[in-house]
Amino acid sequence: MQIQLKNISKSLQGQPILQDISFCLSSGESLAIIGPNGSGKSTLLRIMAGLIASDSGHVMIGDKPVNTMSTRATAQILGFFSQETSTTEAISVHEVVKLGRTPWLSFATPFGKRDHEIVTKAMMTMKMTSLSRKRYNRLSGGEKQRAQIARLLAQAPHIFLLDEPANHLDIHHQMTILNWVKKHNSTMVLALHDLNHAFMCDKVAVIDKGTLAAFGTVDEILVPDIIDPVFHVRTKRIIADGLAHPILHFCNADSS
Amino acid sequence: MKLSFINACKPALYGISTAMVIIIALGCGVIIGETTIKIDTIWHVILHEAGFDAPEVNTIDHGIIWSYRLPRALIAMCCGIALALSGVVLQAILRNPLSDPYILGLSAGASTGAVAVAILGFGAGQLSLSAGAFAGALIAFAFVGLLARLATGNHPSGTSSLALLLAGVAGAQLFHALTALIIAKSADANQPRGIIFWMMGNLSGSRWQDVQLAVPVSLIGAVVIYCHARALDAMTFGREAAQAMGIRTKQVTSLLIATSALLTAVMVSMTGAIGFVGLVIPHAMRFIVGVRHFVLIPASAIAGGVFLIVADIVSRVLISGQTLPIGVVTALVGGPAFAIILVRSSRADSA
Repeated sequence: MQIQLKNISKSLQGQPILQDISFCLSSGESLAIIGPNGSGKSTLLRIMAGLIASDSGHVMIGDKPVNTMSTRATAQILGFFSQETSTTEAISVHEVVKLGRTPWLSFATPFGKRDHEIVTKAMMTMKMTSLSRKRYNRLSGGEKQRAQIARLLAQAPHIFLLDEPANHLDIHHQMTILNWVKKHNSTMVLALHDLNHAFMCDKVAVIDKGTLAAFGTVDEILVPDIIDPVFHVRTKRIIADGLAHPILHFCNADSS
Repeated sequence: MKLSFINACKPALYGISTAMVIIIALGCGVIIGETTIKIDTIWHVILHEAGFDAPEVNTIDHGIIWSYRLPRALIAMCCGIALALSGVVLQAILRNPLSDPYILGLSAGASTGAVAVAILGFGAGQLSLSAGAFAGALIAFAFVGLLARLATGNHPSGTSSLALLLAGVAGAQLFHALTALIIAKSADANQPRGIIFWMMGNLSGSRWQDVQLAVPVSLIGAVVIYCHARALDAMTFGREAAQAMGIRTKQVTSLLIATSALLTAVMVSMTGAIGFVGLVIPHAMRFIVGVRHFVLIPASAIAGGVFLIVADIVSRVLISGQTLPIGVVTALVGGPAFAIILVRSSRADSA
């Protein structure tokens, strides 16, 4: 499904957070949103997910504005992953993943056989089956993140919005999640910190001080001319034999 | 084939066993006390009151059973259901395992509201008392919530556990003091419900007209809460996550907070502020039946009802010739339980 942003602006307590952001992502494409800390990546993602209302502008899913859809209909189309996923409840991994079916269930349509199949498949995709009965709170950081993505898979949205999905993970788990992003053919939007992870995506949007500084394909955007002024670094793009994609190497802009 | 038959009968089995547990508890509530009464006497009284032919029972026994012990046991049951469900709702929505209408000051606010209505004289009927208590509970919740938010600032993960508890302590003390002040100021000798009643709870005033309000309120409250079981489940990872899963969190939160405030308020206006039921029961039930609200809500309701009937019996027989405020009994159980939950949840946080 196609997702389109039209002139999104947002202020919080008089401070502009996002100004006039517009772009369009076609069905099945993946987009990395990059930008320095506090540039507004997370806010943008939450506006796209319909969790925060923008002051002006529209997020369009297909040809429908998100803010005209019901919360439930939005959740059937948009799946949102956030870093802040703690709980004090002694809930098992299996129950966490089952929660993903929430937007598809009601009092009249209880959890059924099809829901069970979807949950089982989601657990298998994220390699969580063996941890099914374990308490969520006793999982490691990487396992928690995989459990949350399995929950998102059970939600079965058309568009995935992921806020820093690979943060705080060891390299193995980073790869697990990024490879899943690369292989999965849904529309995906990821807020990322590690610019090298952005190579897993089709397109890149650079947010700087609340504005869209650049938007384009990975090869157009992940180049020193665009990265350096936004992040205040000096970037070297290294291309080597046997590597799937170029590597960005950074050094401080002040040092010579 | 055989298994599917058993599965199909499961809800009925649960229903029957639940009804039996409740009837046994109510029966114990009626039988046990200063005067021992035989079971067949109770049966005769009930038949008689229902309009059937039954052997005459002497008037004193009849009075004890019909006008005193049975309404008292029914009020205890409704109160237990209401307080336990309020606890379940508050713990899920505030995402704080130590939440409970008593600890967060809702009960204290409800007391103040009811006392204000009774003494400042807006009519002393049970409905106006309940309305006053409801207003008081909502004001107390708003006060505690605001205080907790001011203390934490705009932290993204919401209100911190500790700030909320401390705000609850401040709120409860403030409203208890207001209650005491209003009672002392009026110094009305005809005001039978003293400070101790509103702070510790007491079931001795239970009458049939209270039952007529308590039963429908607790049943409707229970149904409203049960209908939102899935929304409460979805709040496991916070309100934002619930919204991202299609729950209209603002509406659901307001409705459920108002429902638990109403449940608490109506019960407090009849029995005073009974503590710790909303804390102990949901935690015990999570331990036994798990965290899914589809099971947790009915389990907590039943356990809460039975717990208060038993607590009431204990309060009547613990010291012979004397009835303790029921809040003393619930606090004797609840205090240690609070300590255990506090230690366990802070360990889970730091792990």
